Amino acid sequence: MPDFLTQTALLWPLAIPLATAALCAALWSNAKAQRAANLAGLCLTLVASLVLLNSVMTEGIQVKQFGGWAPPFGISFVADQFSAAMVVISSILALAAGVFATADIRRRQERSGFYPLFQGLMVGVNGAFLTGDIFNLYVWFEVMLITTLGLITLDRTRAQLDGALKYAVLNLFSTILFLMAIGLLYGVTGTLNMADLAMILPNTEGSVALTVAAMMFLLAFGIKAGFFPMFFWLPASYHTATIIVSAVFAGLLTKVGVYACFRVFTLLFEVEDGGIRPLVAFFAAGTMVFGVFGAAIQWDVRRILSFHIISQIGYIMLGLAIATPLALAGAVFYIIHHIVVKANLFFVAGAIHRATGTFDLRKTGGLMKSSPLLAVLFLIPALSLAGIPPLSGFWAKFMVIDASFRGDAAWLGAVALFVGLLTVFSMSKIWIEAFWKDSPRKIVHVRAVPVAMLLPIAALGAITLAIGFNPEPLVAFSQLAAETMADQAQFIAAVFNERQIAGVQP
Amino acid sequence: MSLVYALAIAVQMGCGVYLLLSRHVVRIVLGVVLLSAATNLLIFVAGGLVFTAPPVIVQGTQTLGAEAANPLPQALILTAIVIGFALVAFAAALVLKTYRAVGSVLTSGHTDAEALGSPFDAEATRNA
Repeated sequence: MPDFLTQTALLWPLAIPLATAALCAALWSNAKAQRAANLAGLCLTLVASLVLLNSVMTEGIQVKQFGGWAPPFGISFVADQFSAAMVVISSILALAAGVFATADIRRRQERSGFYPLFQGLMVGVNGAFLTGDIFNLYVWFEVMLITTLGLITLDRTRAQLDGALKYAVLNLFSTILFLMAIGLLYGVTGTLNMADLAMILPNTEGSVALTVAAMMFLLAFGIKAGFFPMFFWLPASYHTATIIVSAVFAGLLTKVGVYACFRVFTLLFEVEDGGIRPLVAFFAAGTMVFGVFGAAIQWDVRRILSFHIISQIGYIMLGLAIATPLALAGAVFYIIHHIVVKANLFFVAGAIHRATGTFDLRKTGGLMKSSPLLAVLFLIPALSLAGIPPLSGFWAKFMVIDASFRGDAAWLGAVALFVGLLTVFSMSKIWIEAFWKDSPRKIVHVRAVPVAMLLPIAALGAITLAIGFNPEPLVAFSQLAAETMADQAQFIAAVFNERQIAGVQP
Repeated sequence: MSLVYALAIAVQMGCGVYLLLSRHVVRIVLGVVLLSAATNLLIFVAGGLVFTAPPVIVQGTQTLGAEAANPLPQALILTAIVIGFALVAFAAALVLKTYRAVGSVLTSGHTDAEALGSPFDAEATRNA
């Protein structure tokens, strides 16, 4: 590989979506050209993210200092195994969504700027995964927020405007909390670079401002990620968006909050001190239980799935609450598994809507007979979400529950097992209502599901199966990623060693 | 000085949170405006509040003088103001659009998203 490419590997997952967004906006009146540019951009982003993952795996943590400023003065971009894996998996999901969009997106939605906004969202997501500067992370959060608001209100229906308003207010509140926490942290330490913070904070005397900042980080990312007492914006808005947008949100947005939470509470703060661990454990248990109970009474497929996002976030937080290397590895595995499976379930919901014309389970039915292939493709992610072996969800659940029993938090493991049971209930509800029962309507009119919809569903299902039948490589990778994540010295050394290299260049 | 400043921020944040808890969406947006302005002031006070020289490098020297103010909080606040302005502008447009579509500025009247797939029959049939 040319030197130029390997040296700039960190920038392409950000630069390509940005360029594509600009290109799509420039081609505003030509929907066909926008579609082609969108798909090409997504393919290139996937290639760039694979190159990045490859260089992280072979050469260790990748660091880039913008403008040649020596750390900690400029903005650094850092990719360790965890963030590189997140970029790869979000690029895969974005490509699947792009293919799904060719069949499902309407002309009106294209004219409302779907493609530029979608690429803009990918810029924000990848930027949040790769940045090594806490204020820069805030900026990427805002980039994501503004593009998601545009994507939710793509059709400007009453439900969408209503959902978007709730989403906007609560997420604005979350970013305000985030900014306050940054301000307090800066006041105490005088730096914003995460590696520099990781170096300074252990030697800083504990103070009220620092504790408040830590709590504000937890709350701000908690709102973003959908923790138990702060998740109400999520089921109020996700189901109103068009199904591709819902799928991408479900897969990526909450995970960005979770990623930020993991980054801050492994690198800057320790879960052990300041009573954060019982708080996170309480949040995790509440998130699991209330998410799954919320889903139980709903009849709209998208709302059931939205509530399940919350309950699954609880499992991931369980990993942070225990914070042993085993638990962190389980959480990394869980995030990767969950992004694939949850987005896939939303895609299936879109296919159900295409076939029956409704998302309301009371009005659907008979799909088992009319499209058996879709039924099989639904079963894979649904059983994986519930944690039935040998699918990917089983290994993910096994890892976090195993870690919770070993980490003296057996009650969390018990909650997780109980919630798994209720997840089966919700999935079988969708199965019975949409696929198994006869259609409640007299004249059954089932539309065919186009190949462009089935293809991404099948591809993501294949990933689920591949992880399920051969979990060993991903388990090993998760353990490596968790080790790197927990090892602050490695992160700091990677960022500050770059100083010499940056100093040589003019 | 810092204490007076901190009290002023606290009062402003209190007003912001009070407005945020209102049922009137315009008040909610105003609450967000107050809160984000108070946050900017917070960054300012966190960066150190002292009477100093402007952070300009004097001709002939390479670095800032010791008495110069810290320019970083100002850069942060400038960024935050720009972002906050864009988001508040969007939120205001969203409120206007919602008012025109739904016909209510009270959050109690905004039930369209909640009613989709609701388990309660009355709501579900109304939105069918």
